Amino acid sequence: MTEMTYRQAAARAIAEEMARDSRVVLLGEDVAAAGGVFKATEGLLATFGPERVRDTPISEQAIIGAAIGASLNGLRPVAELMFADFAAVAFDQIANQLAKYRYMTGGQVKVPVTIRLVGGAGLGFGAQHSQATENWFLNIPGLQIATPGTPADLVGVLKTAIRCDDPVLVFEHKALYALKGDVPDGEVLIPLGSAAVVIEGTDLTILATQLMRQRAQKAAEALKARDVSVELIDPRSLVPFDFETVKRSVKKTGRVLVVQESPFAGSWAATTVGQVVAECFDWLEAAPTVVCAPKTPIPFAETLERRWIPAEQDIVEAAMQLLAGKRAAMAT
Amino acid sequence: MTEGGSGADTETLGLALYRKMVEIRLFENEVQRLFLEGVVRGTTHLCQGQEAVAVGSCSVLRPGDTVTCTYRGHGVVLAMGSPMNRTMAEIMGRSGGLCHGKGGSMHLTDVSHGLLGSFAIVGAGLPVANGAAWSAQVLKTDAVTLAFFGDGATNIGAFHESLNLAGAWALPVVFICENNLYGEYSPLRLTTPIEDLSMRASSYGMPGLRVDGNDVLAVRQVVSDAVDRARAGNGPTFVEALTYRHRGHSRTDPAKYRPQEEVDQWLARDPIPRFEALLKERFGIADEALLAVRVSSENAVQEAIKWATASPHPTEEALLTDVFV
Repeated sequence: MTEMTYRQAAARAIAEEMARDSRVVLLGEDVAAAGGVFKATEGLLATFGPERVRDTPISEQAIIGAAIGASLNGLRPVAELMFADFAAVAFDQIANQLAKYRYMTGGQVKVPVTIRLVGGAGLGFGAQHSQATENWFLNIPGLQIATPGTPADLVGVLKTAIRCDDPVLVFEHKALYALKGDVPDGEVLIPLGSAAVVIEGTDLTILATQLMRQRAQKAAEALKARDVSVELIDPRSLVPFDFETVKRSVKKTGRVLVVQESPFAGSWAATTVGQVVAECFDWLEAAPTVVCAPKTPIPFAETLERRWIPAEQDIVEAAMQLLAGKRAAMAT
Repeated sequence: MTEGGSGADTETLGLALYRKMVEIRLFENEVQRLFLEGVVRGTTHLCQGQEAVAVGSCSVLRPGDTVTCTYRGHGVVLAMGSPMNRTMAEIMGRSGGLCHGKGGSMHLTDVSHGLLGSFAIVGAGLPVANGAAWSAQVLKTDAVTLAFFGDGATNIGAFHESLNLAGAWALPVVFICENNLYGEYSPLRLTTPIEDLSMRASSYGMPGLRVDGNDVLAVRQVVSDAVDRARAGNGPTFVEALTYRHRGHSRTDPAKYRPQEEVDQWLARDPIPRFEALLKERFGIADEALLAVRVSSENAVQEAIKWATASPHPTEEALLTDVFV
């Protein structure tokens, strides 16, 4: 085991895959000379050189398109979108080109593109640099979506994504970059579609990723003090989604609470609640519920942003309501 | 083949270019007929009149070179050597099609012949062409990529991002703008503040050249020089080929917005009769030889239609395959 930050985990995963496979190349705004605006690609230019580690113009369509075209010719590009919000600028390349390339061509090509997107609120970056945009892509067949929430998970999931022959969007949460955690030495690979049972419990299943997972973990401790046994599950990837692990947990607890750092509509939380109702109805002791962000853009002022992001206390209260059999309004 | 060339090689090349243009013309005429008969569904964008751009450009490529083209791309597909029968089958949505019926007219792709894709979102192929060219740099091959697009694409963001990146990275890519004077139904002069689109190249540090897109040899010469330049590591070139589509934008468009005088002028500059005249007058090719090409091309198109018609519709199992590897 080596203790490292979530930031160092990103660099380690990319460096290991670049060392292992000369076809892996990295491109994005300020990823090379500057080592990334979040310093998550520091040292890669020095190790692998400017052919394989490329700074790009501020041109998100050109970045994603270049990654697609290079992948068609056998490279395995890792493209960075400095802020996940900027995916909107490259939406055509991601949604219409990347996601559909293999299908539209009848399987003629593999498109092994990894896109790293830095998302998440909490640092006062305002409405256009704070969104957890993974839900934007949920309705686009052809994309895999990973949301690692610890240094070890980031290493394992990012390495798997780079080795994957299909497009994978790997979301990194900017508020977690300083988070420290133990990462096993040697090869760490975590398959997409394998959830982590972070805490085992019997009364209530909580599902959460990234920053919400960290908060849910603290909430679970607070709930433990109230004699509530929480089972905390981190799906780690939204597509593919490990519903089997969720199902096993719900069978045991009969209660589900999903926590997400974005509004309710059209989200993985809403989808998961729908699937739980459809497939686990007979085991449910209470209606599943969601703790999510209000349906507003993300505000700048610290007091407002803090209120916008679901907090530990929100999770605790929702859990207590759920256990008391009270129904919550969904779309706040 | 240059205008000063002569001899057996020249004759062979001349007839090969002529055959390709004739095949594309007849192919497109038949796609149009099959549409009217309801055999081809959805929509399609035909390229009659623009054959010389595709044929002249693709004739200079080597194995390993690649292209991206547009939804008006049947001509480029055939010019790259994709089999006519599988191309027709794809347009008809059959399982024997290039993409097993999952792409259709607007997404014809044949990687085995260097055709990386037909892009139906205006301008979207340019960033991808850059990526293919970038991979040639990284893998140190001397492959070149051609990116075909229309005049309308020069007003979309992806065009500007792509030319800038290609210029900055000196990518081995040639941008070929098929300027047919109309972006869908709108004349270029109403949507674009400049008439000479090749001027745009200078903003991105690359040569911008205009060529008569209805002169197959002129296109071939300009693109050949640009490809040589790219292959030698000297970066991208922007080529604006002036041409005209004989038909409307898509099957539902009778193109009544175009003045008859303009249409007549361009029909008089049809690239195929022009090249016929050149082959006869300057290269001494006999009428019989040209007729033989037309007859065998017509036969090839009819064979392709027969093959495509016999190709089965995809079965339901195909619905769920090829989303992921």
